[in-house]
Amino acid sequence: MTWLLLAEAGVPEGGLFDLDATLPLMAVQVVLLTFLLNALFFRPVGKVVEDREGFISTSRADAKQKLAQVEHLEADLAEQLKAARQAVQSVIVDAEKEVDGLYREALAQAEAEANRTKEESRRGIEAERESARAQLKGKVDQLSSTIIDRLLAA
Amino acid sequence: MALMPLSLPFAKLEVGHHLYWQIGDLYLHGQVFLSSWILIAILLAFVLVGTRGMKRDPIGLQNLMEFLWDFIRDLARDQIGEKYYRDWLPFIGTLFLFIFVSNWGGALIPWKIIELPEGELGAPTADINTTVAMALLVTLAYFYAGLSRKGLRFFELYVEPTPIMLPFKIIEEFTKPLSLSFRLFGNILADELAVGVLVYLVPLIVPLPVMLLGLFTSAIQALIFATLAAFYIGEGLHEAH
Repeated sequence: MTWLLLAEAGVPEGGLFDLDATLPLMAVQVVLLTFLLNALFFRPVGKVVEDREGFISTSRADAKQKLAQVEHLEADLAEQLKAARQAVQSVIVDAEKEVDGLYREALAQAEAEANRTKEESRRGIEAERESARAQLKGKVDQLSSTIIDRLLAA
Repeated sequence: MALMPLSLPFAKLEVGHHLYWQIGDLYLHGQVFLSSWILIAILLAFVLVGTRGMKRDPIGLQNLMEFLWDFIRDLARDQIGEKYYRDWLPFIGTLFLFIFVSNWGGALIPWKIIELPEGELGAPTADINTTVAMALLVTLAYFYAGLSRKGLRFFELYVEPTPIMLPFKIIEEFTKPLSLSFRLFGNILADELAVGVLVYLVPLIVPLPVMLLGLFTSAIQALIFATLAAFYIGEGLHEAH
């Protein structure tokens, strides 16, 4: 390993606090290392991490927006459903009312018809009875006059 | 000292010995660069493997990478603020990762296997040059952040809340890098020395708790350095009201 011994004879004494050209060279080395690590580590890793942070925050905002949209739509649909239920209810009530009206009308009509027929037939019966009575009275009168005539003639 | 088993391959303390490299008239601590290159290579390999084929739904190592990134981002954001932390995230993160890898690598990798002609491999942060270099970078970053953001009005912070603070604030500019560098250097070196001395005396089991404590303080030191660096930069950027 003597090739590592680059210094010729007459090297400094050494010591703990021996400041020499190592200092500026080490500073240059650290600065170079800064640039190297910036290119190899800090920039690429930072890019990945910050891209992910951006991706997460945008997806979050997106999801929030979608959730708001969904809630809006849900409210909208609930409103529509309520309106539709009310419409159905009113249609049912209307139909029931109509059916009831029709039923009553038909019933009234039928009753009126029946009453009329009854009245008519009663009147017919009465008239027939009257005419029959009149006829009978005529016949009685005729018969009695005949009887009287015969009696008187006898 | 003659009773000590100095011939054993482990358990030999070397403090203040450096493997000197010479460039012109300048001397370098070779062992610091060797270990830092190995550790940087490990760090880069780990990062390369971890960031390969990243997806939006993370799997495997990507989770760890993102955890690390998230941790560093939180650190930088807490200290610097939402508005500017992006510009400084790589710097703070690099400080944290480099110090953490250096500290743990210094403690966990069996450096003694690689024998150097002089000095020994270890945590690069146990050398004062490394920590001073990083502390000065933090000071530079602090001034750059403040001046580029506020221009000369940046210096208003020296007289806030009252001009009486001026001398203290000026002293603070010197104590900041001093405390940053010496805290890290002292902690890591002391940890290595404590483990070294214990291993020297009792090679088995006994040093383990100290080693674990060393790992703990190493991680804490990386966190402290990065947090303070972010705090200083945030202070430079701070809106004065």
